[in-house]
Amino acid sequence: MSLMTPLNRVLGLGTAKGAAEHWWLQRLTAVALLPLGLWLAYALLTLPAFDYASVAAWVQRPVTSILLILLVAAVGYHSALGVQVVIEDYVTGKGAKVATLMASTLAHVGLTVAAVFAVLKIAFGS
Amino acid sequence: MHGVQRPLSPYWIYRWEITMWLSSLHRITGLLLSLGAVVLAAWLIGLASGPDAFDAVQAIVGAAWFKPLLVGWTFCFFFHLANGVRHLCWDAGYGFDPQRIRLSGRLVLVVTILATAAFSYAAII
Repeated sequence: MSLMTPLNRVLGLGTAKGAAEHWWLQRLTAVALLPLGLWLAYALLTLPAFDYASVAAWVQRPVTSILLILLVAAVGYHSALGVQVVIEDYVTGKGAKVATLMASTLAHVGLTVAAVFAVLKIAFGS
Repeated sequence: MHGVQRPLSPYWIYRWEITMWLSSLHRITGLLLSLGAVVLAAWLIGLASGPDAFDAVQAIVGAAWFKPLLVGWTFCFFFHLANGVRHLCWDAGYGFDPQRIRLSGRLVLVVTILATAAFSYAAII
């Protein structure tokens, strides 16, 4: 007979991967991306030219810089969560799964930070 | 076992419904948009790296052979956005009955095709 309580026997045996938080952040970033995505589509539609000077001038405007940073961050997070679910569904084998998840997360964080830094660099001009 | 006709898993005998392939399309377009986000990042990083780097990125992104990809990403963007709104409505508890779920699916397709055509015509082609 075990002296462990039923609660103590199951604690820590769940997936413990923060499913509720994952679900919520996927929705939060989705809601954020509705206006941000439509804004980017509209902005690209109305941008007069795609030469360096025109695009740099557009990105340098404070409103553009801020919205671009918010968009890049939300896209990075939303994409990381989505790709994570796809990997969890289709990549079999614990080692391969962990390795793919790690590669995806690192790529997402790396590209997001690089893109945010790029916007800041253009915004503050150097 | 021999000669006994047991019921098969229903996986392969379901009638293919609009709800099923729109669900697949949501995941596929999401993955393709993740690839598109890499192009967006490259575009911004190129811009931050100066005129020469930006021209190099723009030479690819603005090339004629790249236009079909941009139209494809436009489709993915509007589909994932419209169908995403559909998902958010379900999360809030609306539109999950069989009639509305099919109607909203068709609506998403119509919106996607119109928006893709309009954006592609105005900005890409």
